[in-house]
Amino acid sequence: MDHSFIAKNPSVLVFLTILSLFTLMVTVLSEGFGIGVISTSFVKTLGKTLCLCLIAVAMDLVWGFTGILSLGHFAFFGLGGYMIGMWLMYERTRLIVVESLAQAEIPPTPAEVVDAIGNQIFGVVGSSDFPLIWAFSDSLFLQLALVVLVPGLLALIFGWLAFRSRVTGVYLSILTQAMTLALALYLFQNDSGLRGNNGLSGLQNLPGVTAGQDMVSIWFLWASALALGLGYLLAAWIVSGKFGSVIRGIRDNEARVRFLGYSVEVYKLAVFSLTACIAAIAGALYYPQAGIINPEEMAPIASIYLAVWVAIGGRGRLYGAVIGAAFVSLLSSWFTGGQAPDIPLGFYAIKWVDWWQVLLGVSFVLVTLFAPQGIGGLFDLWANRRPLDRHGANLGPDDGALREKEATE
Amino acid sequence: MSALLEVSGVSVTFDGFRAINNLSFQIGNAELRAVIGPNGAGKTTFMDIVTGKTRPDEGRVIWGEKSVSLLKMSEAKIAQAGIGRKFQKPTVFEDQTVQENLLMALKNMRGWLRVLFYRPSGDDFRKVEDLAAEIGLKYELGRKSGELSHGQKQWLEIGMLLAQEPRLLLVDEPAAGMTPQEREHTTEILVQAAKTRAVVVVEHDMEFVRRLNCKVTVLHEGSVLAEGSLDHVTSNQDVIDVYLGR
Repeated sequence: MDHSFIAKNPSVLVFLTILSLFTLMVTVLSEGFGIGVISTSFVKTLGKTLCLCLIAVAMDLVWGFTGILSLGHFAFFGLGGYMIGMWLMYERTRLIVVESLAQAEIPPTPAEVVDAIGNQIFGVVGSSDFPLIWAFSDSLFLQLALVVLVPGLLALIFGWLAFRSRVTGVYLSILTQAMTLALALYLFQNDSGLRGNNGLSGLQNLPGVTAGQDMVSIWFLWASALALGLGYLLAAWIVSGKFGSVIRGIRDNEARVRFLGYSVEVYKLAVFSLTACIAAIAGALYYPQAGIINPEEMAPIASIYLAVWVAIGGRGRLYGAVIGAAFVSLLSSWFTGGQAPDIPLGFYAIKWVDWWQVLLGVSFVLVTLFAPQGIGGLFDLWANRRPLDRHGANLGPDDGALREKEATE
Repeated sequence: MSALLEVSGVSVTFDGFRAINNLSFQIGNAELRAVIGPNGAGKTTFMDIVTGKTRPDEGRVIWGEKSVSLLKMSEAKIAQAGIGRKFQKPTVFEDQTVQENLLMALKNMRGWLRVLFYRPSGDDFRKVEDLAAEIGLKYELGRKSGELSHGQKQWLEIGMLLAQEPRLLLVDEPAAGMTPQEREHTTEILVQAAKTRAVVVVEHDMEFVRRLNCKVTVLHEGSVLAEGSLDHVTSNQDVIDVYLGR
């Protein structure tokens, strides 16, 4: 990555500066490291938001740049969370079990310890044996590797099957959604080995760490900010070169790319799998801050929200995705958190907890119709870039192609 | 003469309709050939078969000195083997600049990892500039190709084809929608290109074909009706009946 990369993409530098300043500011205002203006729970909300921004960057790569409207990236996000959650839960339960068994007169055998851990974890689903998928849960290193490997491999296999058969457009979206739904339904079962609808909990407690949540929340904020910064840098680098040209070509007109001699399927597969890994890393950082993960998180609606964030932020520009995710998810927690004032109409009071989703849906439709460049498009006004007048013609024949209203000169 | 591309006995049926019927066709290295024929004669299907978009029901398509069959290869592999194709409608990547379009087409490694780490060398930039000069887009390199005029897009697409350095160029109606001056320029580019490689031009416009001044193959109902110089085929009674007489 030479210096000309930054020179050619000044928005990357701007983004990284803003991200650093934001992180510094939150740290200074936090309870753990600063003057305590921002509550620990709000620090967690901000940290989680950074993770959502990261998965939005991944979504923008796969949808905004490659034109694959994946409705399955939250499944990869959730899988990443499950993978790290398994270690967190195992290790913490082990510490508790060892401590409690230490009171016993006869020192426990290792088998007894494992049984006791299993009992603690799986008692809730009426079992006490460790399922096979927990085989590596005692090793932080292996579970960290699985955070990337499991979703990456799933994306690789799924993508290979789907892209090889040349499934595109809305059919591919339906397939990815079906995959997500199948995975969520499977995990809802008690014998799936991941505690069914109870999910994994207590993830906010890091085993062996005595520091309070006020400190831990800041650590995770830093880690999330670092991951977002690196993920953004990687994505910007990927789209800046010829690879970016090729995937944008695939978005707008994949047949043409094929006749140039590029194997479209391989490129799609590469982007799909890479973004699945980025989504998984985002998930692995998100769920320890959320404290709990259950299959509900992976329901198809989550992936649809993801597409909505990217669309509202502005498809095909990385900062747009970040802004969209941050803006909509923070607004969403404000509205659903009961902080937004009700609007009394006399005969009926609009309670935002109930009406927020309607507002989100309406604004999605409005943005798609009237401001397809999204919030990111506001920067064009400032940079004085004109929208393209193409007399209603989109930039390519494919379903995912950039629409006339999304393009700038 | 050893043929660069040899199509023999190829047939393809779409829902019972025989688009190509026992077609045989040969073209040598460095040859310019015009393919004409009425609508539905199978001109575009012929190109689809050669470029791998459509699989024929029977027949052989043999390519190059090593006589490899193209029938088992993917579109991307066929393109890498040296067959370039220009579509009827100008299809360039409209969201990208002329330079990006040409760089993407430039003959280089096509694997995704190579492409990911690829950064254009000075040599690549020079090649792109030369090509742009050749197709008359020297001063448009930084513009998004979506803003170009129809004729400029056609040239850009031809330029992208030349950048691929193919050994066989398949060109579908290059002169459609062009002004007379633009047609003349297009003719020059094609004739020039055919000096070093095989070029097959599918065209409706007889005036344009006459200017190309090359061997002509007339297709009708999916097979070759006549072949030879333009004067030869236009005096052929069958050709007059099915095509020119209308």
